[in-house]
Amino acid sequence: MSRILRPEPGETGFWIALGAITFSYVGFLVLLIWATTAFTDPGTLLRSLQAPEIRYAIGLTLITCTLTALLSVILAIPAGYLLARSDFPGRSFIESIIDIPIVLPPMVMGLCLLIFFQTEMGKWIEQFVTFTYTVAGVVVAQFSIAAAFAIRTMHATFQHISFRPEDVARTLGCSRLQALWLVTLPTARRGIFAAGSVAWARSLGEFGPVLVFAGATRMKTEVLPTTVWLELSVGNLDAAVAVSLFMIALAIVILVAMRSAGDLR
Amino acid sequence: MIRLENVSWSAGAFTLEGISLEIPDASYAILMGPTGCGKTTVLEIIAGLRQPIKGRVYIGERDVTRLPSGRRRLGYVPQDGALFPTMKVWEQLGFALRLRRIPSTEIAATVEILADSLEIRHLLGRSVNGLSGGERQRVALGRALAAKPDALILDEPLSALDEDTRGSMMALLKRMQREFAIPALHVTHSQTEALGIGDKIFRFSGGKIVEEPHTPRKP
Repeated sequence: MSRILRPEPGETGFWIALGAITFSYVGFLVLLIWATTAFTDPGTLLRSLQAPEIRYAIGLTLITCTLTALLSVILAIPAGYLLARSDFPGRSFIESIIDIPIVLPPMVMGLCLLIFFQTEMGKWIEQFVTFTYTVAGVVVAQFSIAAAFAIRTMHATFQHISFRPEDVARTLGCSRLQALWLVTLPTARRGIFAAGSVAWARSLGEFGPVLVFAGATRMKTEVLPTTVWLELSVGNLDAAVAVSLFMIALAIVILVAMRSAGDLR
Repeated sequence: MIRLENVSWSAGAFTLEGISLEIPDASYAILMGPTGCGKTTVLEIIAGLRQPIKGRVYIGERDVTRLPSGRRRLGYVPQDGALFPTMKVWEQLGFALRLRRIPSTEIAATVEILADSLEIRHLLGRSVNGLSGGERQRVALGRALAAKPDALILDEPLSALDEDTRGSMMALLKRMQREFAIPALHVTHSQTEALGIGDKIFRFSGGKIVEEPHTPRKP
């Protein structure tokens, strides 16, 4: 746990140097946001955001990000628990596979998805649900990357929770599943919220795999990052800036919510 | 009675070979030994948290070797209490009873009686954060005893307590074990604890558990 340091006499220069380095980066980010905000005015911003295409993209983004976050958490809880609590042959190989979406360029994930759904297995799956160039495809594209971040978060969460209370619960009559459900998951609630938030935030910014796998069809598979790209490509800077500012606001809200959850005692 | 017959267990380079031990009904036994000799593993085998590769485990007359942990009717108090972090004290005490679907009025009555015995009634509404070491161990003991187990096992339950609290907890452990009239196995490094509350003292020696000659203190 970190502790609050009070500068001792003679240490002021040291702390000022650290502060200068940190605040130069913070200042850089604030400048970027300020410059983008100053580029537009409230009237243009509101007008741009009220365009039917952009309202559709906002709605689709909120729905797909939420769905992706929920699916990611549903996967991340058992996967994170398995990785944190058990040792099995090939564990580090499995962990490396799970981390692939974190290190791979997102566009490559989109290409892999597109190719997979051209295989026999992919075509068989699409007999039941069509993913390529559909809204379902947007969720799959976001999920393929966001889930890896959620699993990593849940893995770290379970690693930090002692297994002893679970053991005690088992001696008191719980099955493994009951011990997980009644004791460990309530303890992990902040981690679960963090995993969902990370997945949500990650999906919000996902562009490459959505573009490649689900396409950029207006009023169909267009999410906010796609909107920025489409508006820029036709030279509509006002709309691109409006959508960018809206995304910045969403990102700030989700980050503040994550920090608040982390600070809950 | 708690009885281990020729129990063996191994994980990697660590092995326990042919461990035998018998604690008669209503006897308070102490298990001592150097760090890393397998004392906690023995408790975990009795609790069903680890499966022996050989040998039998009995609680009373029941062979519980293949029984899941929750069906052994055992109370377990780990070193730090391992309280459930999100539950209030009364929820911890009533946990095992709720699992057995006992009516809530009966649970409330049992919890209150237990809380009075452990002198923690004033803590019932508290969350476990902020409880002192001694309070935590009282709650952990109450949680282990609430469902009236057939045996009690304790893993260094007093190691994190200061001298004064340790003294009162020793007396409490002994009193509760007598009240419930069950065998207890208490792992410790402390000679004071062993001599103060043990009816029997066992020690790990050369990979086996041997009983030391010991005259229990009069209550």
